[in-house]
Amino acid sequence: MTEKQSIVKTQLLPLAVVIALVAVWSALSLLRVFPESVFPAPPAVARGFIEELRSGRLFNDLIASLFRVTAGFALAVATGIPVGLWLGQRELARRSLLPVINFFRNLSPLAWIPFAILWFGIGDPPAIFLIFMAAFFPVVLATMAAVAGIPSVYFRVAQDYGLRGVEKLTQVTLPAIMPQVITTLRVTAGLSWLVVVAAEMIAGRDGLGFAIWDARNGLRMDLLVAGMIVIGVIGVALDRVIVQLTKIPSVRWGYER
Amino acid sequence: MSSKPLQVEKVSRSFGAVEVLRAISLEIVRGEFVAVVGPSGCGKTTLLNLLSGYDQPSSGLIARDGRVRMVYQQDGLFPWKTVTENIALGLRHVRDDKERWRQVREMLRLIRLEGFEHHYPHQLSGGMRQRVELARALAGESDILLMDEPFSSLDYLTRLRMRQELARMLDERPRTVVLVTHDIEEAAQLADRVVVLTERPAQIRYELAIDLPRPRDLTHPEVVGAIHRVLTELGIEHDPEAVSAGSGKQSV
Repeated sequence: MTEKQSIVKTQLLPLAVVIALVAVWSALSLLRVFPESVFPAPPAVARGFIEELRSGRLFNDLIASLFRVTAGFALAVATGIPVGLWLGQRELARRSLLPVINFFRNLSPLAWIPFAILWFGIGDPPAIFLIFMAAFFPVVLATMAAVAGIPSVYFRVAQDYGLRGVEKLTQVTLPAIMPQVITTLRVTAGLSWLVVVAAEMIAGRDGLGFAIWDARNGLRMDLLVAGMIVIGVIGVALDRVIVQLTKIPSVRWGYER
Repeated sequence: MSSKPLQVEKVSRSFGAVEVLRAISLEIVRGEFVAVVGPSGCGKTTLLNLLSGYDQPSSGLIARDGRVRMVYQQDGLFPWKTVTENIALGLRHVRDDKERWRQVREMLRLIRLEGFEHHYPHQLSGGMRQRVELARALAGESDILLMDEPFSSLDYLTRLRMRQELARMLDERPRTVVLVTHDIEEAAQLADRVVVLTERPAQIRYELAIDLPRPRDLTHPEVVGAIHRVLTELGIEHDPEAVSAGSGKQSV
């Protein structure tokens, strides 16, 4: 592939698809295929976006949502990785706890919304709780599986060269699972972003989820679509940020074999 | 230090009802290169694990004198560490940073991988990776080198080259070596003594001394003769006249 072709393929084609989508959207609006009240036109959405931006509401909602995701996700990672490490090394504990962990892993975090409100009220705490419930179990399971799957030869070598305790953890166990953990972080960060929107729709007074719910209640479909676009773009951006972790030289081996 | 860094006396090892090794006795003198060959699954790796101290015998005695290093069958390099960091693992006992890096550079020169110090294992070929493994094991003041089919995952030509490389490295850094292999050519080309094991429970079936300086050509008559003798002993070759030049001394 020549340089020119690769730019066409990686940059221009995706952009062309976006432009085509907006064109179809505009055409449907101009032809009035659907009523304006349920299908806002691109210019109206753009105006709504600018309105939200000027009032500062969009920025406040964005910060509120990002804070909740960061807090809930960080809490899930900070507790999930140690639990996963422990379970990965203890077969009995693993056998005992796996069914319960699988149960919670497969229980939609949204099912917790009533309890989240009952226990934590409205605002940051219920959203953080729900994000935690969404991210914690996948992080535990992935870390556990990664630890249990570390080739035993690495531990033999660690023993041969006198790596014990903390050194073994930081120089063998953690780096050995890092590629898989990073992949899981990508998946669960995405999951957290999905959950925060739902949590804020019901248990929030601000945040992007609340913003689109509020727009819907006010019959402002233009603001609703503007909010949806922001949510989608931020979701992609979050993933782009986390994917940078895969570029760390000492984890490249996990993606190139 | 004794002149016999490894002494094995009537060592047996069973796993449950399965007897893997039976009354193995072996004395290995300082600087000797011993190759242990035998059918696959006969307990060669078990013997190596006993020699390294990783596993304990069910009965019998093993006396070990000196620092032991092991080279593994599969990739034992840490893929998250660079060539330099992997080799430095073998020099952890060197407290002085400057001295440690000097010795790492020295090992890089020995394995002829200068310029690759900051590469990760997955960026190297199989042969280069195995050279880094050897460097890690030979770094520092180790005395005994245990090798578990170290070249079995390499292609044939690379394997031939690695044998020469190993002979050259041992010439610069002499060690007492026990090489476990199913590759009889490898054993005959490298070892001072070839120990042939029986099927499980493994016993020593045959020992062959090969008194010839390294590096040796694979087609050297004495190497070919040794291969023939071992294959005959294993019941694979039958013609006693096939090799008359082979003059390996024989003992049981």
